[in-house]
Amino acid sequence: MANVKKPRVKVREQDPTLRARNFEEVSHGYDSAEAYEEATRCLNCSKPRCVAACPVHIKIPQFIYHLTEHDELGAYSIISEDNSLPSVCGRVCPQEKQCEGACILGIKGEPVACGSLERYVGDWAIRHQDQLPKPIIERNGKRVALVGSGPASLACGADLAKYGYEVTVFEALHQLGGVLVYGIPEFRLPKEGVVAQEVERVKSLGVKFENDVVVGRTFTIDDLLDKMGFDAVFIGSGAGLPKFMGIPGENLNGVFSANEYLTRANLMHAYDCNYDTPIYLGKRVVVVGGGNVAMDAVRTAKRLGAEAIIVYRRSEAELPARAEEVHHAKQEGVVFKMLTNPVEILGDEAGSVKGIECVEMELGEPDASGRRRPVEKPDSRFIIDCDVVIMALGTSPNPLIKQTTKGLETNSHGCVVANESGQTSRPGVFAGGDTVTGAATVILAMGAGRKAAKAIHEYLQQK
Amino acid sequence: MFEIVEKRVLAPQIVEMKVKAPLVAASAKPGQFIIVRTDRYGERIPLTVCDYDAAQGTVTIVTQSIGISTRKINALDAGDYFDDFAGPLGNPSDLLELPDEELKRQKILFIAGGVGTAPVYPQVKWLHEKGVEADVIIGARTKDLFTYVDEMKRVGNVFLATDDGSEGFHGNVTELLKDLIERQGKTYDRCVIIGPMIMMKFAARACAAYSIPSVVSLNALMVDGTGMCGACRVSVGGQTRFTCVDGPEFDGSLVDFDEAMRRQNMYKNNPKTDPETHKCNCHG
Repeated sequence: MANVKKPRVKVREQDPTLRARNFEEVSHGYDSAEAYEEATRCLNCSKPRCVAACPVHIKIPQFIYHLTEHDELGAYSIISEDNSLPSVCGRVCPQEKQCEGACILGIKGEPVACGSLERYVGDWAIRHQDQLPKPIIERNGKRVALVGSGPASLACGADLAKYGYEVTVFEALHQLGGVLVYGIPEFRLPKEGVVAQEVERVKSLGVKFENDVVVGRTFTIDDLLDKMGFDAVFIGSGAGLPKFMGIPGENLNGVFSANEYLTRANLMHAYDCNYDTPIYLGKRVVVVGGGNVAMDAVRTAKRLGAEAIIVYRRSEAELPARAEEVHHAKQEGVVFKMLTNPVEILGDEAGSVKGIECVEMELGEPDASGRRRPVEKPDSRFIIDCDVVIMALGTSPNPLIKQTTKGLETNSHGCVVANESGQTSRPGVFAGGDTVTGAATVILAMGAGRKAAKAIHEYLQQK
Repeated sequence: MFEIVEKRVLAPQIVEMKVKAPLVAASAKPGQFIIVRTDRYGERIPLTVCDYDAAQGTVTIVTQSIGISTRKINALDAGDYFDDFAGPLGNPSDLLELPDEELKRQKILFIAGGVGTAPVYPQVKWLHEKGVEADVIIGARTKDLFTYVDEMKRVGNVFLATDDGSEGFHGNVTELLKDLIERQGKTYDRCVIIGPMIMMKFAARACAAYSIPSVVSLNALMVDGTGMCGACRVSVGGQTRFTCVDGPEFDGSLVDFDEAMRRQNMYKNNPKTDPETHKCNCHG
C-alpha cells in the first residue's frame, strides 16, 4: 500500500548559479531508484483523475504500477499506446495543469511526479532500443507526404509507417524536429540526446525525411497529390509566424521576435562560438510576454550574460508558462515585472534600443478568456533602460500553405480548418497540431498527428 | 548535399557558382531567392537566384565576399558541396503576373549595381524569351568591377556607367538615368532596381521624380527565410513587412531605406565576432 505521507522524490537539478551560465539541461531527471521510490507513492486510484486530465489519456497509474515492479519495458509499452514522444512530453508538458494538477495526492500534499516518471521511462527506452519490440510492418504500397517534421508529423509518420504506408516527411529547415529544435532550448530539451533519438526511432520504422524542401514553394500540396504520386497529405507545419505588438520602435536595432532570438540560439547554435551565426548580446534584456517561449527567451538571454527581465501585462497567477519554468527562471535570477505593459520602444540616435516605456496595469473584470482583464493605471508611465527587447507574444500559422493550396479552408486566425480527426476541406488532405489550433502544446500536436494517421488510414482503405 | 558544378570568378571578391539542385531548378522563377548553408557551423545565407536550368537541374548564384559566411561560400570550389540549398523562396517578380500583350506594350528599365547585376539577369532573360527587349543600366565604381555585362548584352539593351569614367557613361546610375531621359528622350513605364541599398534608395528616388513606378529587391538579414523569425522586417509605406514572405521585391517609392540600411548593419561589430570584447560563455 502506498504511503500517502511520503514526500515527493525531488528531481536533481543543476545548481541555479552554475546553470544560469551554461546551456546544459537543467534537470537531471530520476535514476532508477528515485523513479521506483516516486512510483510507490501512486495510489493507483480506481477512477484516476490524472488520466482524465491528460490530453491524450495516457494510462498513468498503469505505467507507474509497472515501475513499482521494476518493469520499465512494461511501463514504456503502456505509455506508447497513447504517446509516441514520452521523453519530450515528460520534459515539456504543463503537468501542473494536466495529470499532476488532477492528482488526488495534490489536494493535501504533493502530487505524484507523473512528468518526471514519464521522462524516466522515455529516456530508459532511448537507452534500451534493442529491448523494445520491433513492429512487424507489411507495406501496402500507398504513399503519404507529411509537411513539417515537428511533433505532429513525427507522431503521424510513425503510426502511418506501422500501418504499412510509405511515408515521406518534407522539412524546410536543415534539421529535423520543428519547434523541438528551433524553439525549445537545449537546457530544457537536449537536441542530440532526446530530439535526434526520437527522430531516429521514426526513421527506423522506414519513414523518409527530406530537408530543405519548402512545401508551397519547392512544390505545392497539389503537386504532391497530382504529379508526385502521393495518395494523401498531412499538414503539420506548425505555427511559426511571429506576432509583434504594433507599438512605435519595434523595428529599432535590438528588437527581436522570440522566434528569431531562439532560432539563432537553438537551431543555429549562436551561443557557441564554433558556429558562425551571430546573436545580439545585450547587457539588459527585456522579454515581453509570459508564456513558455518568453521564459525560454529570457533564460537564454540570462545564459548569454545579460540582466534579464520579464515584462507581462497580467499578474503572476495568469502567467501561461509552465510553473516549473517560472520557478527555474526565478532561481536563475530573472526579474519579473508583472502588471506592466509596453507602449513604446525608445531608440538612441543610431537607431538602437535604449529603453522601453511601459504603463502599470491593474486587473479589472474577467474578459472572454475568463481571466481578469488588465486595465491601464492612469499616469503610470515609466521607462525601463535596456538594450534588447524580445517580443514573445505568440505565433500564428505560416500563410504559405494557405496561399498556395486551392480550396484549403482556413479561419480568421490563418489556422487550417480541420475536424476532430484532422480532415480538412480538401479530400485527401489532413492537418493537425499548431497549424490547426494555433500555438499550443507538444502533447496536443502529437495527439492530433496520431488521430490524423488513423483517419488517413481509414480514408485510404476506402479509396 | 548540393554539388557545386561550376565556379567562375567574375570580379574581385565576386564569384558565380552553378549548383546542382534539381528541385529548386524545376520551380525557381525570376525574383526569387534561395538559402544556402556551407556546413554544419555555417549561417543560413539568402542569395538571389541569378539563373536556373530545369533540364540540367542547376541553379546559379553570385556571391560577394563581405563577411565570414560569404567568404566561406566563395572559398568552395567546383566539386565541393553545400550542406543546404533550400528554396526557391520569396515571391516571383511581379512582371510574371502581367499578360504578354501588356509586357510588350511596356517600356521596362532595369537598374543594376555591383553584385545586384546578376539577379537582374534572369528577369531580363525571361522578358527576352517573351520577345520583350528591356533597357538595362549597369553601374560600377570602375570597369574592372563589372559583372554579367556580356550575358546581359545578349538579352537586353545595356547602358554602362562607371563612377570614374573608365567605361561607358561617366557618372553613377542615377545620373545615367537622367541622361537617358532628359538628353536621349527615353521614356519608361516601370523600373526594376537591384543593387546596394544606398544605390536603390537614390535610384528609386530618381524614378519617383520622373513618375516612373519602381520596384526594388531587398537583401535583408534573414535566418530561416520562410517567415518564421522576422529578422528581415522592413517598413514599406509605414507598414512592417517581412522581406522573405512579403517580398523580396517592394515598391521602391515606399521602402524606408534608412531603416533598412540600419537594420542591415545590426551585427556589424557584434561582440560575438569581435575578439576585443568577446567573453566566451558557451562552454560553462
